[in-house]
Amino acid sequence: MTASILTVDDSASLRMAIRIALTGAGYAVTEAADGAEGLAKATASRFDLIVTDLNMPNMDGLEMIRALRQQPAQAGVPIIFLTTESDDSMKAQAKAAGATGWLVKPFQPEQLIRVAQKVLAR
Amino acid sequence: MSEDPTAAFRIEAGELLEQVEQGLLDLRDRLGDLGLVNAVFRGLHTLKGSGAMFGFDALAGFTHHCETAFDRVRKGDVRATPELVDVILSAGDHMRALVDGAASPAEGQAILDRLAAAVDAAAGVDAPGAAAAAVAPAATQGWTLTFTLPPDAMANGTNPLALLDELRELGEATIVARTDAIPTLDELVPNHCFVGWDCTLIGDITRDAIEDVFLFVMDDMEITIAPLASQVEAIDPAPEAAPGPAADVVAPPVAANDAGNRQPAAAARAQGEHVRVPAERLDALMDRVGELVIAQSRLSQLAGHGQDLALRSVSEEIERLAGEMRDTMMVLRMVPVSTLFGRFRRLIHDLAIETGKSIELVTEGETTEVDKTVIERLFDPLVHIIRNSCDHGLETAGDRIAAGKPGTGLIRLSAHQAGGEVLITITDDGRGIARDRIRAKAEANGLITPGQPMSDDELLGLIFHPGFSTAAQVTNLSGRGVGMDVVKRTIESLRGSIVVKSVDGAGSTITLRIPLTLAIIEGLLVRVGEGRYVIPLSAVEECLELSLEEDLRSRGRSIITLRERLIPFLRLREVFDTGTRPDTYQKIVVVGTGAERVGLVVDQIIGNHQTVIKAMSPLHRGVASFAGATILGDGSVALILDIAQLVALGQPREERRLAAG
Repeated sequence: MTASILTVDDSASLRMAIRIALTGAGYAVTEAADGAEGLAKATASRFDLIVTDLNMPNMDGLEMIRALRQQPAQAGVPIIFLTTESDDSMKAQAKAAGATGWLVKPFQPEQLIRVAQKVLAR
Repeated sequence: MSEDPTAAFRIEAGELLEQVEQGLLDLRDRLGDLGLVNAVFRGLHTLKGSGAMFGFDALAGFTHHCETAFDRVRKGDVRATPELVDVILSAGDHMRALVDGAASPAEGQAILDRLAAAVDAAAGVDAPGAAAAAVAPAATQGWTLTFTLPPDAMANGTNPLALLDELRELGEATIVARTDAIPTLDELVPNHCFVGWDCTLIGDITRDAIEDVFLFVMDDMEITIAPLASQVEAIDPAPEAAPGPAADVVAPPVAANDAGNRQPAAAARAQGEHVRVPAERLDALMDRVGELVIAQSRLSQLAGHGQDLALRSVSEEIERLAGEMRDTMMVLRMVPVSTLFGRFRRLIHDLAIETGKSIELVTEGETTEVDKTVIERLFDPLVHIIRNSCDHGLETAGDRIAAGKPGTGLIRLSAHQAGGEVLITITDDGRGIARDRIRAKAEANGLITPGQPMSDDELLGLIFHPGFSTAAQVTNLSGRGVGMDVVKRTIESLRGSIVVKSVDGAGSTITLRIPLTLAIIEGLLVRVGEGRYVIPLSAVEECLELSLEEDLRSRGRSIITLRERLIPFLRLREVFDTGTRPDTYQKIVVVGTGAERVGLVVDQIIGNHQTVIKAMSPLHRGVASFAGATILGDGSVALILDIAQLVALGQPREERRLAAG
């Protein structure tokens, strides 16, 4: 079965890059442009993996992760947090909020695929 | 949209830079506003991150310095100063150049030097640079591991079995589960991980490779990694954790409390969903809609002639739908003028620095919408007009105060819609246009004869003549090779017009009237000989009759007197060389651009006609007198007259005749 992945980022180019990488690796990708949209989409249907940015309008990545982890139905859904090398404290906060892992920006598509494979174990 | 993230990034980077610039300009007025500081920081941060992702390494590197500077402002380490803001503004320009691949490294370095100086000036103490020593990885024959995952690892999406698989992939692994911490069934929390593992890994494996497996959970778990031979090297990345794993496991997860403090964000706010569409797709759609409207009008002609009521009702239905589609299509291409006006804030900021004048920009009617193409083509003319207003119009603060005005000069940009047109006015409260200097200059250039009586509008209109400038000196601002004549031509190519008003000592107002869209034209359909032509209705002032006798009487001098003004006219039959005899009752359509008028003699006025403009083929683009073509209801083609060209043709022709005769 194809794993379904939700990518949440306010940058359309980044979403496009992520989508191209992940669909190329055989995953089904859904996009959301900010945390609020991501939360709504993740709540509406369960994804196998969520990849989210931090800084976004309306609702940032941290808030979205916290909100998702409060929903019993989202237990166990891996959430990969996209971060930059400069914000280590964000990494810690994301982890406390319930992120499964992170990926440091900028990243190569293969890195993203590897991380996806790692957390999805397929 | 084509699947090219780099192209998408370029567009996005432009938007980000625009946001950063607007944020900086706001920040310059409200230096203490932390919200703005954060907004600018976020913009720079995203730009850096995305830039590096899409291979814009120079951009990422350069932006990094600006981001770092702003991060220090954000942390209160460095004050936001006007100098710092100005440096980052120029840095933004450099980033734009980097995105376009047209940047000069020397310029980048100069900006970075200025940035460093501005930061130093605004900083309290220099923050010590953080230095991290890299630890060289060591390889051994193998490792023994003991680990327990964080209790909430599974809830947070970590799959323990996947981790074990990864360990097995590293080398020859012997993994034994420790189950002593698993509680009795009534205490069991299904998504907590109670199992610990002991593992022996044989092979040439680096510590990094092992740590990589536990990358995401390392900080919160208990793990001991020891080389197989010595078993002395052990790390405990979580020293604060109690040694007994069971104690950890039963403690409630900390994250839950943390999350409880926050209101779960209300259901996603209803937001306008946006789709980005390349302009050429809209153009293509517009073209199809145009074809549809034409086909529909042929259909209604056919249906109107026939007796088939069913056909007629379908035809009416299609007429309604086609009309609605055309209207919707128009709206799709409309963008608010705020996208245009926003760009002038930066211009005013720069002009204030260049001229040393204090200038305030006020904008009105920013929600007024205009066709995107029109907006783009308005930018350069408006830049020129605003530069003129700041350079020639506004006085220095000292002069202003001496004249009893506030020291800060005001430039007002406003837009509002009036029917099928949008009016854009640029007002300054400066000294006004010096009419005596215009007159003197025009007389010196031979544009007018000394003492020639002129209306005020005509006098002010002289500034639109090519090569006309009243600036005593060509400054940095004026004299960029663009004159008001170019502005006027651009506006007229948009089928618009431009009017100047000026009051001595109180300032000037320049009004641009621009059609809302270039794609559809409201026109007057006329017949000349056997051909049909469309005259843009916005240029039509009145229609007169020219009887055959009058025509014969006026032979030799193509001029009519209209309300005591002499107006030259062009016989389109002659211009187009139709080779037909004139109708008995010819009409003169008086058209004008600005202060100039010309009469166009046509054989018949057919009536109003709303039509979709088709561009001329590249082969015919050089043909003057025509602005485009359209297809009429019966399928035949009508050419759209280019009024500015015809007026330009009519005026000198008539002047030559007057001079000759």
